[in-house]
Amino acid sequence: MGLTNQSTGTGVLDEMFNVQLDSPDEIVIALAGNPNTGKSTVFNSLTGLNQHTGNWPGKTVTNAQGRYKYKDGKFVLVDLPGTYSLLSNSVEEEVARDFICFGSPQATVVVTDATCLERNLILVLQILEITENVVLCVNLIDEAKRKGIKVDIKKLSSKLGIPVVGTNARDGEGLEDLMDTVYQLVQGDITTNALEIKYNEEIEKIIDAISAPITELFDGEMSSRWIALQLLCNDSSMKESLNQYIIDNTTKYTSDDLLSKIEAITETISLTPDYIQDSIVTSTVLMAEEIYSQVVEIHNDKYNETDRKIDNILTSKIFGFPIMIGILGVIFWITIQGANYPSEALATFFFWVEGHLTSLFNNAGVPAWIHGILVLGVYRTLAWVVSVMLPPMAIFFPLFTLLEDLGYLPRVAFNLDNFFKKACAHGKQALTMCMGFGCNAAGIIACRIIDSPRERLIAIITNNFVPCNGRFPILIAMAAVFIGGATAGFSQSIIATIAVLGVIILGIITTLVISKALSKTILKGEPSSFTLELPPYRKPQMGRILVRSLLDRTIFVLGRAIMVAAPAGIVIWVMANIMVGDLSLLDHSAGFLQPFAQLIGLDGYILMAFILGLPANEIVIPIIVMSYMATGSMLELDSLEALRELLVSNGWTWLTAVCVMIFTLMHFPCGTALLTIRKETQSKKWTFISFLVPTVSGIVVCFIVAQSAKLLGLI
Amino acid sequence: MNEKIVPLHQLPIGAFGKVKKLSSQGNVRRRMLDLGLITDTRVESLRKSPSGDPTAYEIRGAVIALRSEEASKILVEIVEG
Repeated sequence: MGLTNQSTGTGVLDEMFNVQLDSPDEIVIALAGNPNTGKSTVFNSLTGLNQHTGNWPGKTVTNAQGRYKYKDGKFVLVDLPGTYSLLSNSVEEEVARDFICFGSPQATVVVTDATCLERNLILVLQILEITENVVLCVNLIDEAKRKGIKVDIKKLSSKLGIPVVGTNARDGEGLEDLMDTVYQLVQGDITTNALEIKYNEEIEKIIDAISAPITELFDGEMSSRWIALQLLCNDSSMKESLNQYIIDNTTKYTSDDLLSKIEAITETISLTPDYIQDSIVTSTVLMAEEIYSQVVEIHNDKYNETDRKIDNILTSKIFGFPIMIGILGVIFWITIQGANYPSEALATFFFWVEGHLTSLFNNAGVPAWIHGILVLGVYRTLAWVVSVMLPPMAIFFPLFTLLEDLGYLPRVAFNLDNFFKKACAHGKQALTMCMGFGCNAAGIIACRIIDSPRERLIAIITNNFVPCNGRFPILIAMAAVFIGGATAGFSQSIIATIAVLGVIILGIITTLVISKALSKTILKGEPSSFTLELPPYRKPQMGRILVRSLLDRTIFVLGRAIMVAAPAGIVIWVMANIMVGDLSLLDHSAGFLQPFAQLIGLDGYILMAFILGLPANEIVIPIIVMSYMATGSMLELDSLEALRELLVSNGWTWLTAVCVMIFTLMHFPCGTALLTIRKETQSKKWTFISFLVPTVSGIVVCFIVAQSAKLLGLI
Repeated sequence: MNEKIVPLHQLPIGAFGKVKKLSSQGNVRRRMLDLGLITDTRVESLRKSPSGDPTAYEIRGAVIALRSEEASKILVEIVEG
């Protein structure tokens, strides 16, 4: 593709844009658009991939490629990061620009939001400056209609000189038409005559002068007008991209020749880059405004009244925060309350199966150690992972996805931003933090939406302070079993909910404190500029939410847990059964950790479980249970009450449970998260710091809590 | 100076303003331009975050929240709704 690290400024993003064609006749289509226009939905519907979608801007920070067939055409669809413009200097915008410009897609589909067409048209016009092979997809037509906004598709098409298709990607409406239009465009059955933006005279003159040598170089293959514009705006990244393109693709010119020629021309210009940029943008915006006024009719002036009313409540001074905490609380309460019964039912079922497995093994005369490894080791661990984790996840994820779909997360960012600003962190860190609730690795990848490297590192390092999927079950189990009591009474489940909520709030406070501390020490600096779009609320698609959260998240997380838990089960069983002297290997290791673990309110087995749980936190509780059962009496663990009894008989108190919850919140990121950090930061140093910061915080906080409780005689 | 011209962050909630001048530079300026904030663009101040900042504005049909740092560099003329 002719793009390298130098040209895009990041290896990670770049890698994803190397389109590998399966066969030479595949047709590459770029998918561009503003953030939050339903681009991901269009992508998913066309390719059948499960790109995770959510109603907040900047969702697609990683791009995806997918394939689809239409008639005899094989298409590769490249989902570019959502951008407002192609003029700005963020990595995403550079990548999107370079792909459309130098990646030579055969066509570009621009997805726009029918309810916010005016702003969306700015990007469309900019893309038309690069290429004429554009199909405009006006998405969310149904939503617009509901709000009394009418878009004249035909007129828009004739104004822009390109094919325009109206769609409701969520319901699949118009997608057939979209595919057909793209097909026809690529086949040459549709010709375009794209609108060219007219700038003012002095700018046009300069563009002509600069375009001349560029046209010569590209033989008219690329829009020299566009490249000239970019160079005019004093865009150094464009120079780099151009430079790289020349190195990769031609010997006719050296880039120095070209750039010095262009420089000679620009030196004669007396206009400042700011002035030039302003005039260019002004022309574009005015043109968008004009087209918008001609193709859009608003039948209802108060079309966004409902959204405003909802916002008045959700972001109100009085109710904003209580509602936020309340919503989170209700989600946890439903999860804790609802997971109880299925968890027990699953556990009972699995241990019933275990009994049968055991008699099967015995009857077949299988040696005891094989039975031990497979049934008591692997099977029992798996049974625990599934019965403890599946029900809470199957309840929690759909609820959380519902919030995402509704568009509530940007409101959370809006509510919390001032705290992040005071912590000298980026406003979008609130969004990456929310992503961390799903999975920290995903949250860390999402940090790409933060442009400033300093603030991005802060967001990456602190992402681990919000508990992910893998850690929620530990918190919920601890709260439900220990703090709330094992019986599922109403007041107990409320107490359990408050405990989990408290831990989450502690996590958010820690995030802010550590962010501030980092900003004042190793990552000094001021918060950079920040704009946050609050998209319209959308009617959630319940069916899709269920499928998506079950498939994308629950099964994925559970699968990962099972894959890690199975070998871990073997390791634990073996460690518990290899005797060195009087004690097993497990006892020796736990004994070694014991003095330190006690200082921070844990015990050796718990600490070891966290260490062995490095590959995936999901297995921490199973490891604790396994170690206690392997060393203590072999009780049948078929209910939450039994779990409680087991823990109590191993010396647990409420303080142990609290310290476990805190340590769950604050300790080293899991293996996957660490690998992701390494990849994202390209630095061992920052990976190590990301390991160290939460671990040290956890040890310090647990130490303080445990020792104060003891000093105060609370235990 | 016309007393009806104020920095955007001082535009009262519920009031409308017309952009008169962008005084930010470089990248920030570009971001503001990308949002369509050119001269004479109408902006409505919608609400303040419960934490005090940022403020949400309606700009060209979209609701955008800006921190006071950014908004203070946009001068607007207060106009009738």
